[in-house]
Amino acid sequence: MFERIKAILAKEFKQVLRDPRMKTVIFISPLIQVILFGYAANKDITYIPTVIYDQDNTKESRQLLRKFTYSKYFVPKHYIYSVQEQNAVLDKGIASVVLRIDRGFGRNLKSGKEADIQLAYDGSDSNTAMVVMGYANTIISQYQEDLSQEAIADQPLLEEVPKIELRDRAWFNGNLISRNYYLPGVIASIVTMMSLLLTAMAIVREKEIGTMEQLTVSPLKPIELIIGKLIPFAIIALMQSMLITTLGVFWFHIPFRGNLLLLLLGTCVYLFTTLGAGLYISTIASTQQEAMMSVFLFYTPVFLLSGFAYPIHNMPIVIQYLTFLNPLRYFLVVIRGIFLKGVGIEILWEQFIPLLAIGLSVITLSSLRFRRRLG
Amino acid sequence: MTRLNLKRIRAVAFKEFIQIRRDPRSLALALVIPVVLLVIFGYGLSLDIDNVRMVVWNQDNSQFSQDFVLNFRYSKYFEIVGNIDNYRDIQRLLDNGRIMMALVIPKDFSHYLRSGKTAPLQLLVDGSDSNTATIAMSYVNAVVANYNVHLLSKTFQDQGLVPPKSLSQRPRIWFNMGLESRWFIIPGVISMIMMIIAALLTSITVAREWERGTMEQLISTPVKAPELIIGKFLPYFAIGFFDLIVALVMARFIFFVPFRGSYLLLIFLSMFFLTGALSQGILISTVAKTQILASQLAILTTFIPTMLLSGFIYPIFNMPKFVQAVTYLVPARYYIVILRESFLKGGTLATMWDEAVFLFIFASIMLTMSVKKFKKKVA
Repeated sequence: MFERIKAILAKEFKQVLRDPRMKTVIFISPLIQVILFGYAANKDITYIPTVIYDQDNTKESRQLLRKFTYSKYFVPKHYIYSVQEQNAVLDKGIASVVLRIDRGFGRNLKSGKEADIQLAYDGSDSNTAMVVMGYANTIISQYQEDLSQEAIADQPLLEEVPKIELRDRAWFNGNLISRNYYLPGVIASIVTMMSLLLTAMAIVREKEIGTMEQLTVSPLKPIELIIGKLIPFAIIALMQSMLITTLGVFWFHIPFRGNLLLLLLGTCVYLFTTLGAGLYISTIASTQQEAMMSVFLFYTPVFLLSGFAYPIHNMPIVIQYLTFLNPLRYFLVVIRGIFLKGVGIEILWEQFIPLLAIGLSVITLSSLRFRRRLG
Repeated sequence: MTRLNLKRIRAVAFKEFIQIRRDPRSLALALVIPVVLLVIFGYGLSLDIDNVRMVVWNQDNSQFSQDFVLNFRYSKYFEIVGNIDNYRDIQRLLDNGRIMMALVIPKDFSHYLRSGKTAPLQLLVDGSDSNTATIAMSYVNAVVANYNVHLLSKTFQDQGLVPPKSLSQRPRIWFNMGLESRWFIIPGVISMIMMIIAALLTSITVAREWERGTMEQLISTPVKAPELIIGKFLPYFAIGFFDLIVALVMARFIFFVPFRGSYLLLIFLSMFFLTGALSQGILISTVAKTQILASQLAILTTFIPTMLLSGFIYPIFNMPKFVQAVTYLVPARYYIVILRESFLKGGTLATMWDEAVFLFIFASIMLTMSVKKFKKKVA
């Protein structure tokens, strides 16, 4: 039995890697994705294109605006002088926010009246707008704090004024770098896509060009055929996940606080599902085009509803329950737990059990179906 | 320059149509995937951050501090899931992701504030998802800042003084007043759909002919390279166009994303994008002789850049300069601007001129390159 599995393993490896360009793609693809995720997939807003419309132009208004521009987040792109210009910069998406101070601001402040600043946000990117609003709020409340301090200083009768001081601390990712959160997840996305697509397409290819018949008349038992078909892709996926981990840790300095072996174990358990699903798709699809589209149909919901980029607790309740069936959901918690939190099996077993259960059912179902189809 | 023969193009297109029809499940998938994507993005995903799950450890436990907690309880941004009385539980809940943050009110909180001192307030946040964490922390900041202003004016009033001058802000959000993330995401999804359908579907059509050995047959017919490419191209153009219309209708009438621009202009410009994406698919297909390789290349050069480098989710102005430079090569970047302007900003040809020109250049380059490359491969 092992002889036969070894033979088919060798054949599969040769077939996948025969094309030197395929070898390159298998290696380059994770590389490019890690680099893109590392550099481009960044939701930490550190640069806010800002346009300033200061009609007041007094010491007070400039002082407030300086609070914004000195914060290093708000970068002034233009100074404008009319409402038309304001409409134009927002329409064209040049500014994320326009800071507008009307005439009378300085006078109002000096005479103790309420003065106001107008902020026009480009809401078309709602998420960025939310972050920018948060920063602007902080700056405005700092300015308010300065005003309060001045007022207190002006009242010698007042002894002390109560105040709450917020001391916040972020755990796990102290500097709040979103890269640390996303990059480990790339392992999951690449392993999923690669193992699904390679498995499904490679098997359908044999059907398409007619070599599957040859395999079925050989003394290979279906289970040997399945093992021989799936193991090369599992090995490729494991190698890719190691490559991503290495790059992430050494190039992007993602913290790795947990156990590497546990990560490999988690990946192996997760592969049961994706290889199984790839096998299943191969029994349905009759052309590689169909296999590829089916992989996409499977991949997108799994990927999008996993918590990879969009928090699960923000989803409608029904979908939140559905995500319990999504193996990637558990795998991501495992990956992030190992990378960022350094937790071990004593906490992650809660993820491993459903992951294993889903994996075993998928692979069993697909193997049975594959055998029936073959017979 | 060879003259194109319409009859031969029609013949190739007809053959391709038959091939697609014979594989009805592929066709069905090409129509189902866009709907699935739109439904997931439209209903399932939201970047809106409300109901931040938190616990409170009120060590002070006075009426005063309980009143302060009400500021969080009655806010739609927070959801207090429980009270807690030790750090171990906080650690555990943060570890397994049950809560986003924990608020710790120290023992002397009310005592400090009553005697006019500064009271510390501790906030522990799960920073692993830094975007959500930043936004959640700014909500807490706003609550605290408001409360401080309230404390200040109360102190002044108690002393019979006029409350100090204050600064107010009048925020106004353009184009998307309610900050609905759906309005932001759906136009982006349309560009992703166009790219997936156009480039992925076509990326394997030529490779398939090589793999099955039918390419030799095609070459031996009088069909010329451009005719073959255009013939292969047409059926997929029809599918892509159909998907575009479905996506627009769904965006408008199921997800109620406002549309403030011109449909005709958007559809017209979409054709440039579609032509470019389809040609890119055919180009990939010509370069890669096997379908597996073609599919990998297509994902790498179309799907991934469209997801990450187009401004679909991650703002381009926030990327490092050299990555920003690369984004100029991603056609979806221009198409997404056109889509967003058409939906949310009421864009006209005058405001989207640059993007239109770039898409036109993209389409012409891809079409020429796919024909050239194909000629060389065949020769």
